Amino acid sequence: MSSEDLLIFTKSGIYCKIADVYIDPWRPVQRAIITHGHSDHARPGSKSYICHSDSVPILKYRLGKSINIRGESFGNTFSVNGVNFSLYPAGHIIGSAQIRVEYRGEVWVVSGDYKVQHDNVCQPFEPITCNTFITESTFGLPVYQWKPLYETCKNISDWWAENAKQKRPTILTAYSLGKAQNILQNIDKSIGPIYCHGAIQKTNQVLMEAGLFDVKTLEVSENTATDYTNALILTPPSGLNSSWSNKFKHAVTGSASGWMMLRGMRRRRNVDKGFVLSDHADWNGLNTAIKATGASRVIVTHGYQDTYTRYLSEQGYQAQSEKTLFEGEQFAIQNQES
Amino acid sequence: MQAFATLFKNLDSTTSTNAKVSALVQYFQIVSPEDALWTIALFTHKRPKRTIKTSLLREWAAQSANIPQWLFEDTYHVVGDLAETIALTVPQATKQSDQSLTTWIEQIKALHKEADKVKQDFILNAWDQLDFASRFLFNKLITGGFRLGVSKKLITKALSKFLEKEETEIAHRLMGDWSPDNTSFEELLIAEGFDKSLSKPYPFFLAYALESSPDELGKPKDWLAEYKWDGIRGQIIKRKGEIFVWSRGEELINDAFPEFQSLADCAADNFVVDGEIIVFNNGKLGSFKDLQSRLGRKKVSKNLLAKLPAQLIVYDLLEWDGKDIRAETQSKRRQRLEESQLANHALITLSESIIFNDWKTLAKIRSEARSHDAEGLMLKAMHTPYQIGRKKGGWWKWKLDPYTIDAVLLYAQRGHGRRSNLYSDYTFAVWNTEGKLVPFAKAYSGLTDAEFREVTKFVNANTLERFGPVRSVKPELVFEVAFEGISYSKRHKSGIALRFPRIHRWRKDKKASEANTLEDLEGLLINKT
Repeated sequence: MSSEDLLIFTKSGIYCKIADVYIDPWRPVQRAIITHGHSDHARPGSKSYICHSDSVPILKYRLGKSINIRGESFGNTFSVNGVNFSLYPAGHIIGSAQIRVEYRGEVWVVSGDYKVQHDNVCQPFEPITCNTFITESTFGLPVYQWKPLYETCKNISDWWAENAKQKRPTILTAYSLGKAQNILQNIDKSIGPIYCHGAIQKTNQVLMEAGLFDVKTLEVSENTATDYTNALILTPPSGLNSSWSNKFKHAVTGSASGWMMLRGMRRRRNVDKGFVLSDHADWNGLNTAIKATGASRVIVTHGYQDTYTRYLSEQGYQAQSEKTLFEGEQFAIQNQES
Repeated sequence: MQAFATLFKNLDSTTSTNAKVSALVQYFQIVSPEDALWTIALFTHKRPKRTIKTSLLREWAAQSANIPQWLFEDTYHVVGDLAETIALTVPQATKQSDQSLTTWIEQIKALHKEADKVKQDFILNAWDQLDFASRFLFNKLITGGFRLGVSKKLITKALSKFLEKEETEIAHRLMGDWSPDNTSFEELLIAEGFDKSLSKPYPFFLAYALESSPDELGKPKDWLAEYKWDGIRGQIIKRKGEIFVWSRGEELINDAFPEFQSLADCAADNFVVDGEIIVFNNGKLGSFKDLQSRLGRKKVSKNLLAKLPAQLIVYDLLEWDGKDIRAETQSKRRQRLEESQLANHALITLSESIIFNDWKTLAKIRSEARSHDAEGLMLKAMHTPYQIGRKKGGWWKWKLDPYTIDAVLLYAQRGHGRRSNLYSDYTFAVWNTEGKLVPFAKAYSGLTDAEFREVTKFVNANTLERFGPVRSVKPELVFEVAFEGISYSKRHKSGIALRFPRIHRWRKDKKASEANTLEDLEGLLINKT
């Protein structure tokens, strides 16, 4: 990567020298533009933040009310030291944005995390024409091919209905920001009551107060008399093997994640059922998204970056791999949070 | 194939033995006897002869998925299972089929002498009409290795329930070199004229680990002391001239140890002995790995029989002259074992009764057990009958602590199956006198999944070089590696070979420079001899 480049990868993150702006920095900086609210992208400590206006309540909730933050709408251009920035939907979670960076006719796009499937929760991914596209590669191998979302959500609903029929509570693990809303929006809500772990319930509340989400759920309470036999209980993965889940007697457990594609991963998660559901692009999603940008140069970050970079090179792109501290869906699994 | 695929899904989505047994019983109830027999064969590692090379399958899969061959191979390394990688990468089926398991197997077998082109057409056509689970299983029929958490024992249990016969009878019936080509479900499992009591073993008496000092056991003269061998616990039965070898898991292992059939020549009949099956390698006691290479196959080659011959170190007599003598005391049974002269047979050695007058002497003998290739001592109460299962107070195992050494993580490789996305296979190194790290051991087990995840993160962030699936990493992490034995080896770079190395714990408190040296390792060798 040359120092002449509009964006470079530094110890603190993706950096635009001319504008003196970082995108998703993992160390505190003066000026940060944030693609979305997941904790591997939105880190605390920076002096000022710019993100999509839908991400503002999320960042305030996660990084603190007192942060210096400004919301931008999609498509609106703002200029810093002569560099033009604008945000476009990434389709990953509520408020997730691609960052378009333009200087003297050259265009770079930092996509953050993205998916091309529509989830009926956030604004769908929009391909942006650019010279250089920075992409994730969390699921950048040909074994990762998602089924249509409605099909997976129907499978989840059927599974829940079957468990409810047998009077067994259904526990499904999902990350509190993103996956949880995706599931809640798209499953059949008539089967029984839906309860959420506190972490998910609070996130929902933040989003609902901001008018960004509208599915009402119940919070799991300490009241031991609650009948959960026909309920769906959503929890972050960390809730599953803690004493918190003891109150759900004879529960059936499931996990919704892109990693559930692989048998080895399903077995390692030690749940009864795995559903393949991800907020990241699958193999075909990555390939179509990149093609649609018309970019000649592609920089591949977190995921199967070496393999995917080689593949893109063979497809005629000028591709290179860069190390970041972004960890995609893996991050959430490993730390059992977000 | 649909029924088989459903069975697979049911087995794969539970860890409960009961749920697996009932899934199998349900399956046996609905499928044809031919499919049932093939299923039993597959789960007991009797797969059809391989008619297609896996290298060809990989080529066709990459072509069909329209991806470069190297990308297919990279993906295979991540997934860790060829059948699964193929099933996931090739395009979704455009047709449907409901051919039975047996029909598919017959077709695969018939490809034996066909040209590659015919094979390719058949395979591509098959992939194009099977859904994911069926396709995965179809690939498994060719590539082998049905590791679906179904042991022979579990199959035995399910068949026992399905056919309402005793498990020991089923296990006995499933024994031997049968194949669906030369028998039927009826003939193998139902036909009359089968003496079910003949092969029946006794439940094993198990020992507790002795955690405290033996002083608390009372007077030394009330105890029988023997060496504890790192072999396979086994019962050998001879009744009406027929020989049966049972493992502690109550699996019949006649096929793995055919040499014991020669006990048919010994004069005594109708007896049951308990002991430790061990193998020899180059005249010395073989490692546990050597033993496993005997166990892991349904047919042991002549070569392997000659290279790793087995013996039984016998220590108990449970039945003599057709009579169950388990209620007699340990000392009486021992006496009868000695009088039986069974140990005169070339394949049977009498377990040595260690003579000692006080516990201190015995402790010293224990500390030197490794020089006898033993892993410690066994203590057995003279008055105890042969009981069922683990009972406190009768038998104690008094094992030596393992050797340990602090070593530096040098290479990491992704695991297979359950661990396919984690770096879980490690190569460890110690310092030589020139200040260089010399690899000396590989280990795969001993960390928790959370620790494996943490190491995986480290590996991802600190890779120096890649050699296919193996990565060399910055020499930073220190682990305590434990092992049971150590010997010189010409085949290893470090000049030593370890027995059963595994990770004891992660020494986060130590820096790489504080790890042990090759000299420390060699010191263990010298102390041993």
